[in-house]
Amino acid sequence: MHEQQTIEKITYRDALRQGLEEAMRKNDKVFLMGEDVGRYGGAFAVSKGLLEEFGADRIMDVPLSESGFVGAGIGAALGGMRPVVEVMTVNFSLLALDQVVNNAATLLHMSGGQLNVPVVIRISCGIGRQLAAQHSHSWEPIFAHIAGLKVLSVGTHEDARYMLGMALQELDPVVIFEYTAMLNHESEIHEDQIVRDIKKAKVRRGGKNLSIITYGAGVYKALEAAEKLMGVGIDTEVLDLRVLRPLDIDAIRATVTKTHRVLIIEEAWKSVGVAAEVTALIMEHAFYELDAPVERLCGAEVPIPYPKHLEDASIPQTEDIVDKVKKMVGK
Amino acid sequence: MKETPVIESKQRGQVDHNHGMELLRQMKSIRALEDKAAEMYSKMKIRGFLHLYVGEEAVAVGVMQSLTQDDNVLCTYREHGHALVRGISARKIMAEMYGKQEGCSLGRGGSMHLFDKSKKFFGGNAIVAGHLPLAVGMALADKKQEKGDITACFFGEGAAAEGEFHESLNLATLFEVPVLFVCENNRYAMGTALQYTHHEQNLEKKGVGYGIEATAVDGMNVLAVEKAARKAVKYIRKTGKPYFLVCNTYRYRAHSMFDAELYRTKEEVKEWKKRDPIQTFTDQLLKQGLITEKQIKTMDKEIEKEIDEAVDYAEAGTWEPVEDLEKYVYSK
Repeated sequence: MHEQQTIEKITYRDALRQGLEEAMRKNDKVFLMGEDVGRYGGAFAVSKGLLEEFGADRIMDVPLSESGFVGAGIGAALGGMRPVVEVMTVNFSLLALDQVVNNAATLLHMSGGQLNVPVVIRISCGIGRQLAAQHSHSWEPIFAHIAGLKVLSVGTHEDARYMLGMALQELDPVVIFEYTAMLNHESEIHEDQIVRDIKKAKVRRGGKNLSIITYGAGVYKALEAAEKLMGVGIDTEVLDLRVLRPLDIDAIRATVTKTHRVLIIEEAWKSVGVAAEVTALIMEHAFYELDAPVERLCGAEVPIPYPKHLEDASIPQTEDIVDKVKKMVGK
Repeated sequence: MKETPVIESKQRGQVDHNHGMELLRQMKSIRALEDKAAEMYSKMKIRGFLHLYVGEEAVAVGVMQSLTQDDNVLCTYREHGHALVRGISARKIMAEMYGKQEGCSLGRGGSMHLFDKSKKFFGGNAIVAGHLPLAVGMALADKKQEKGDITACFFGEGAAAEGEFHESLNLATLFEVPVLFVCENNRYAMGTALQYTHHEQNLEKKGVGYGIEATAVDGMNVLAVEKAARKAVKYIRKTGKPYFLVCNTYRYRAHSMFDAELYRTKEEVKEWKKRDPIQTFTDQLLKQGLITEKQIKTMDKEIEKEIDEAVDYAEAGTWEPVEDLEKYVYSK
């Protein structure tokens, strides 16, 4: 047993599970549907034990038919329920993309405001487990492109714990990206890092020399890089976007105004990504605050290869971030 | 092996004066609305895609008789008739086709996207088969909330070749949810005939593999459709399970207004018109002495007036202000 004073560390996985469990307990209209969420315990063990607690009507295993069950989730939302649909990995999400784009994101507008679609779609994603090209996609930019969606990225344990509950307060479809490479990562839940709002980005670390803007798996890497950079006298701010659509322009403008230098980190392919969008927003909203051009470190534009050394080289690593920042501030 | 029952035309149900009048009025109203829509399209009052239901009226009219106002209805982009029979007024439909904000979807959807939540009419869905999973989910929600309602989902035989058709039938049986799947087999997926799109052309047999009760019916015969639909709905309400009803019918007009109809002969269309659902039903009613020529004339005049008024209403309608463009992308 731990002493009461001890602050417990939990894994990102357990934080996700606690969030899910809490949501299920709070509202009996909430149910989880997805491949292997019940009897298997979740492909990544996020929903382990929930079947026993809530039963098969609320923890629903579904066949491998992404378009079918994501569409059914959308239909259930139209019908007055609060479904949480789990797409096992982002790599299979393209099979359901038509449902997301043409139904979830479109019905409210197309029906002249008559139909809300309060569905939450959770998608595991990320690179770093040597799963090769077809299982290493970063589709956050694709979803963030779609008008009518709210798109969240779970970059910290705090958001793993609380983002789902907030998403379930929304009347509109919400897509949540969770990162498999972080599942076993342990951390404390810091009260000051909890943001009970899914409209806002969050400064995870204050700094004055340069701003790193990132999301998802980039957040802890950026924070680690920032610690190292502090050792050489560079004080880096880290802004976690958290919400990829709609982007928090105020927070982006604020960090640029504070540090005047920006590096954007993203694991997705560089072209036409979130980093490109953030860059454009800075041009539009904070151009005269810049002391230097905005720079980006993003995923290499290749199908992600299997060998570890090539996979690692495909996405920005902590050392890459450190090197890049040093160059940007002339050290 | 269990044979799938097929209800033939000769198994016409019986009908009385009032119900006969009502069925005829509904079918005639659809046709009049569609003919007027085509006219307004050629006058460039209606734009975009326009898909007409002429020839297929008996399907929507027959099936709708079996539903209550609490049941959900989802349709394809060829849905003006379904919307009308469901109780959305001709004027609201016409205004929607005009793109006016008095339309049933505020003018946002147009011909392919008629919505009216108060009538539990959920589109007007224009990605073929994209609404089938929605129907399964809506039925699932009703089941979870123990509402006792069913969800009727109309789609064409083209949709039955899509993966979502198969996923949805499988999900519906696994979940045991009350969905009435209505396949409106009009024999052409746009311009490609049934024999080129389905190896198994007795489409009802596709239900068997999923363990779904299935029937095919003559979709040119409104009484046969009504009878089959009532039987299906009775089964669904009793068991809570889905049902697959195939209505074999024919589209007289082109797929859309852009279609030159290179894929079929005029003779074929002419042959099918001999089975016209409105004409054959009219003949039956007259023969049985359930309706008089005078009553038909009066009915035609009333319908013509209603449709003309719908056009006037649409003409007098207003455009949504451009400032509202981004309204309803997200809820307030």
